[in-house]
Amino acid sequence: MNGFAYWWHRTQPVDHAILIIGVLFLALPIWMIFASSGYPPEYLIQNGVQFWPGDQLIQTYDSVLHDRRGFTQQITATRMLMNSFILGIGFAVGKIVVSMMAAYAIVYFRFPLASLLFWLIFSTLLLPLEVRIIPSYKVVADLGLLNSYTGLIVPLIASATGTFFFRQFFRSVPEEILEAARLDGAGPWKFFIDILVPISKTMIAALFIIMFVVGWNQYLWPLLMTTNDDYVTIVYGIKSVMQNIDESRIPEYNRGFALAILALLPPIGVVLIFQKMFIKGLLESDK
Amino acid sequence: MPQPALMKRVQFSHSPIPYLFVLPQILIIGVFFLWPSLEAFRLSFFLEDPWGLSNQFVWFENYITIFEDPDYQSVFGSTVVFSVVVTFLSIGIALLLAVKVDGLLRFSMQYRPLLTWAYAVAPAVAGLVARFLYSPQIGPLYDWLNAGTDGWFEPRLDPMDAWLVLISGSVWKQISVNFIFILAGLQAIPRTVLEAALLDNPNGGRRFLSITLPLLAPTLFFLLVINISYAVFETFGVIDTVYPFGPPAGAETLVYKVYVDGFKGADLGGSSAQSVILMVIVLALTMIQFKYIEKRVHYT
Repeated sequence: MNGFAYWWHRTQPVDHAILIIGVLFLALPIWMIFASSGYPPEYLIQNGVQFWPGDQLIQTYDSVLHDRRGFTQQITATRMLMNSFILGIGFAVGKIVVSMMAAYAIVYFRFPLASLLFWLIFSTLLLPLEVRIIPSYKVVADLGLLNSYTGLIVPLIASATGTFFFRQFFRSVPEEILEAARLDGAGPWKFFIDILVPISKTMIAALFIIMFVVGWNQYLWPLLMTTNDDYVTIVYGIKSVMQNIDESRIPEYNRGFALAILALLPPIGVVLIFQKMFIKGLLESDK
Repeated sequence: MPQPALMKRVQFSHSPIPYLFVLPQILIIGVFFLWPSLEAFRLSFFLEDPWGLSNQFVWFENYITIFEDPDYQSVFGSTVVFSVVVTFLSIGIALLLAVKVDGLLRFSMQYRPLLTWAYAVAPAVAGLVARFLYSPQIGPLYDWLNAGTDGWFEPRLDPMDAWLVLISGSVWKQISVNFIFILAGLQAIPRTVLEAALLDNPNGGRRFLSITLPLLAPTLFFLLVINISYAVFETFGVIDTVYPFGPPAGAETLVYKVYVDGFKGADLGGSSAQSVILMVIVLALTMIQFKYIEKRVHYT
């Protein structure tokens, strides 16, 4: 190989060019939204979305985080972020606890109804919440759970993805561990708490990351569940901002942009910080 | 299908504990899954007046109305086209990026976070971003698409233009998840297979088509199902944020219609019947998926 061909082969300029275009395609929209959130609305209306960050970033984010707006002018973005954290963490923890317990029962016990219950749990994988959204709303309303964290979180846990995730993992746990635990006189409780939970730690963490993101990103369900500003999550709060933008004479685009960035930061942060664990969990959960 | 019979050989037996452990899951499923699903089924046979005062059992009338409604047929058709386009674009772009990253000699680790972070973007936020970028008032893409024309791109009025906005927002958000799975699939191909193929066939493109792609087929098929289900169900957030007051006529999906008819139109029976039809579609999709999973288990 001559020198140029070798250099070409080593440095792969075309491949890098394609990948850099891909990276920019994903990142540029978010970057421009962020950069533009630092301009006053009048400037944005005249000059459009900007590439270089404006000098009012701090003012915009400060005002979004602390001024009361929303449907009834009663909610700050800080409160929306808090609601989103409650939804994301509550959903992830609830799902992990409920599904680990169910998977434990299914994998480690022989009991008469096992098969029936297994199929019942399995059937939830077939139907996402979106297809039964209106009757679900009715049920939650009948139970008096509209505008509550319980109503926001628990119906989302009804799908059994987590149960299958742990079932898969428990089945890969060597049988010798249970035999050894039994010889040591460990009962079902002790085995679960002292042995199974500790060896599932990385799996729990991986599922937590995915479920946090899934919970945080919910839109349709919070949209139906919350008629009261106190429970508005940030992803849903965007909708009220959009309506304000459409109705006002000088739309406050900078505030809309800032809200979008705030809604993005926590889930993206979690995914990037725990990247390895998140990818492992994702690949594992969909087997 | 997963087999309940494939349990541990060593098990605990005769204890109330398994019932206690499945109880929370079963309760949640009973109240928030079974009950609403059956309720959808029941309501689909009733005609309720908009004020909820009377409720009449009408057999299959709601279904007949839906199937005879040209509006529903066209929404059905556009949902299918939309799903196919979103699926192929997002898998195609992700495939290109994953193949390039997999083939890099250096820096492949640096590209990964840069191409996977968008997994965490909510569909609703993707819709919001698309809306801003295509906005007639401030959007650079709006200006760019209309440059040198007398305004042929009008996403607020023209359904085709609206679809362009909805598709690009939906695809953009979905590339990362496909990239993660395809890259993992590529890396699971044994290096020895690729080296042997290199000896047989020096042409990179042909080698990709005859060796890499077939070995990647299980991953791609799995992603096909995942992406179709994403395009059908999760893009509600995209539509509702791009168009908070509703998209131009002709640019809605089935799930959006269930929501609009049920909540805005208060047509509970019709909306429930639409839900039941959606359930049947998902059921079919999932059956295909599990059939394929079973196959994969056979071959490995």
